[in-house]
Amino acid sequence: MRNQVITVKNLVKKFGSFVANDNLNFDVSAGEIFGFLGANGAGKTTTIRILSGLSKPTSGDVNVAGFDAYRQTEQIKRNIGYMCQKFSLYEDLTVKENIILYGGIYGMNKSLIKERLAELLAKLRFQKYENKMISDLPLGLRQKLAFSVAVLHEPKIVFLDEPTGGVDPITRRQFWEMIYETAASGITVFVTTHYMDEAEYCDRISIMSEGKIVALDSPERLKKQYNAASVEEVFIKIARPN
Amino acid sequence: MMAPLNQECLEKQYSPETKNDLMFKAIESSGITKTFGPTMALDNISFSINESEVFGFIGPDGAGKTTLFRIITTLLLPDEGNMKVLGMDCTSEYKELRKNIGYMPGRFSLYQDLSVEENLNFYATVFGTTVKENYELISDIYAHIEPFKKRLAGKLSGGMKQKLALSCALIHKPRLLVLDEPTTGVDAVSRSEFWDMLGKLREYNITIIVSTPYMDEAIRCDRVALIQNGKILSIDTPQKIRAGFSRKLFTVKSVEKYKLIKTLRKNPEILTAYPFGDSVHVTFINDTSENFLFEYLVKEGISDAVIQEAEAGIEDRFLELMNKGE
Amino acid sequence: MKRFLGFVKKEFLHIFRDYRTLFILFGIPAAQILIFGYAVSTDIKNAGVAFLDLSHDEVTQKLTDKIISSGFFKKTETLLNYSDIDKVFKKGKTKAVIIFEDDFGKKLVSEGKATLSIIADGSEPNTATLVTNYTTAIVNDFASEFAGPTLNNSIRISPEVKMLYNPNLKSHFMFVPGVITLILILICALMTSVTITREKEFGTMEVLLVSPLRPIQIILGKVMPYFILSFINVLLILVLSWFVFGLPVKGSLMLLLAECMLYILMSLTLGILISTVSKNMQQAIFISLIGLMLPTILLSGFIFPIENMPKIYDYVSSVLPPRYFIVIIKNIMIKGTGLMYIWKETIILIIMTLVFIGLSVRKFKIRLE
Repeated sequence: MRNQVITVKNLVKKFGSFVANDNLNFDVSAGEIFGFLGANGAGKTTTIRILSGLSKPTSGDVNVAGFDAYRQTEQIKRNIGYMCQKFSLYEDLTVKENIILYGGIYGMNKSLIKERLAELLAKLRFQKYENKMISDLPLGLRQKLAFSVAVLHEPKIVFLDEPTGGVDPITRRQFWEMIYETAASGITVFVTTHYMDEAEYCDRISIMSEGKIVALDSPERLKKQYNAASVEEVFIKIARPN
Repeated sequence: MMAPLNQECLEKQYSPETKNDLMFKAIESSGITKTFGPTMALDNISFSINESEVFGFIGPDGAGKTTLFRIITTLLLPDEGNMKVLGMDCTSEYKELRKNIGYMPGRFSLYQDLSVEENLNFYATVFGTTVKENYELISDIYAHIEPFKKRLAGKLSGGMKQKLALSCALIHKPRLLVLDEPTTGVDAVSRSEFWDMLGKLREYNITIIVSTPYMDEAIRCDRVALIQNGKILSIDTPQKIRAGFSRKLFTVKSVEKYKLIKTLRKNPEILTAYPFGDSVHVTFINDTSENFLFEYLVKEGISDAVIQEAEAGIEDRFLELMNKGE
Repeated sequence: MKRFLGFVKKEFLHIFRDYRTLFILFGIPAAQILIFGYAVSTDIKNAGVAFLDLSHDEVTQKLTDKIISSGFFKKTETLLNYSDIDKVFKKGKTKAVIIFEDDFGKKLVSEGKATLSIIADGSEPNTATLVTNYTTAIVNDFASEFAGPTLNNSIRISPEVKMLYNPNLKSHFMFVPGVITLILILICALMTSVTITREKEFGTMEVLLVSPLRPIQIILGKVMPYFILSFINVLLILVLSWFVFGLPVKGSLMLLLAECMLYILMSLTLGILISTVSKNMQQAIFISLIGLMLPTILLSGFIFPIENMPKIYDYVSSVLPPRYFIVIIKNIMIKGTGLMYIWKETIILIIMTLVFIGLSVRKFKIRLE
């Protein structure tokens, strides 16, 4: 029984009378790759914001990395990494400047930042890009770098919001190998995606619809349960049950 | 300007090859190049698209799809090369061309503070027609959003915005429909519905060009062009592109996905090993049988591997072509 | 603390890499100092004075010369009778009229006192006050010189001061027309400058371009609704000025409204021109507000008379539409003139409007680059 880094019991989040999250229940273990799927507007972003300490639940118990989501949001923020599609790194700063900046924000000391910077550049084979502006890098490289920065401080959990949107197929796969490696090192990866084949890479996936979780299991078991050949088919069968 | 040849006429009299040559080309492009500063967005692009075809441009971000579409819709000028759209030159005859194209650009570009109805009426009027006149063209699509016709466009969900944008692009019955990444960022169900809607438009003889980063959408097109880094890797029907895969392809499944990939990569006989959902697609340097592979995996500690030979998909071919280019 | 400093460092980097912001940060204060320094002056220089000499004697000649040679004034006209006074003010170049009474010289010598009248253009209260003060000082100086070294205070020249058009010298008469000019151009230019750039930013322009709509249709189509709304705005402003400040409309109301609509049209088309050259809304707002506000306030003659500034500002000011409209609006409202006195300014505004429309159509980008 692996140790649970996220526990969610009866989570409800309301905006006025609109119920964005309707009684959610799930747990995520350490080192798990957890896929969070659902149509736009289903409530995924709301849940992620609560889990990353950016907003508070209306009711229910939510614990992230051992901290309470109502009273300990600052500690949560310190123990997680976050990468969203719209913005990840400052475009008018260089690779090195971004890493030093984020290292500082995460509270890492100078020598540790230097060490990680060198490691990161070597692993991604980015040495020649060290002093290039982010805006000069192609999208695939930016995404890989953004991910590395999100886990620079070795957080317990990293949240990835559609990290591979629009990226070429080779880079996408390289990215997922980075995710695998990260998970293998004990960091939990919480990822949302619209690429259904990427759902298969996850240990477990949950599908949200209209504020509720309508499916939660490993891809293999879900496919068996819905008699589907792919996660995409599962998705379609759930959305349009005829 | 050549008049479009009658469909029936063609069916009866000509062989398939001649038909293709004789068919009116909706778009003819040769040697199109476009550079932005140091980046070459399009590199010597040549292709032709037949009338009434559903043609897909498949490729990731930065491949050049949007730049190409903007040249087709006369919003950008190419640095080099020629292009004729609907028989008209895209540089000099842009005024006339702009009356005949229905364009849906990359992100949602309708008026967020106008209602569904108001947006549709506006575009109908701008093109000198009315919603009633061509309603049958959009009736299936509009049916999904009609209950929300008084709602402001900015308040619609992603899938509904997409349907509204498509309706507005079609309302003046264009000869050419240009859709730039209409399915990006939208969930799988809406994507599938969108392609169903496009399929139904075939009966109206509208030429449709679509760009998408999703490889699995290629099979919904009559022909596709695989595009990457400003170059066309391949143009053909989806079936022929798949058939062009030059090696034998094997799928390998195991519960421990990451360990499987690492183990496969270590083997010197293996040319490529790419994760593809719940399996890994493997090709060998010399086409060998799967038995040796199974033994190798068992030796490395993976005993539950399921290995099968498989047909290559569009994405497999795309990856192969990408690697050739490097 | 380390976090904080890291963040501050990042902010510095953003600022220094953004050349446009740097330019604004250092360029604008420098420009303001220069403009303020030179343009803003409460001294008078070469203020136009007309003379109505009913006496025509040596004394009046000497006093006239003294006034003209003081460096503060220049002679605009020699008037022949009272009815010329109103006309000369309406022409706008004269700030004061000095009237020497009959037998000025004789009276001064025989009785020891004489009167002269100073009639100042009250529609510019600040200037009027300065002019009368300076003139009075020069006159008193003359009087004591005339009296001679005997220090005989028996020579007295009493200037009678009258403010034409604005007897009580209400400063509203200066400010309110100026404020109307300022507000109308800012609001109108702002409204239209944002509308085209908004379409560019939101992406709706892309779809509009791939349609049969022609640039002139888009431009005029965007001006129309604002034109109508601005008309209501003008009525509102005029009503408020009348009720709250007691500002009259001495001249023809129809003419005033027509001129206001012309000015509005000019401002709206100026806004459109700004939007064709702006890449985004931020730029558009910046240019229309900041770019227009200071020059309008400082260089249009609104508060600081242009005559008082170095010549170069006169040239700069001559391309600013508000300069002409201020003349028009003051003439109609406060001096009650008709079209005859303001036709030049009106034509200039019409030409400007046509130029703006023409430039907008030319600069309107029919493609995306």
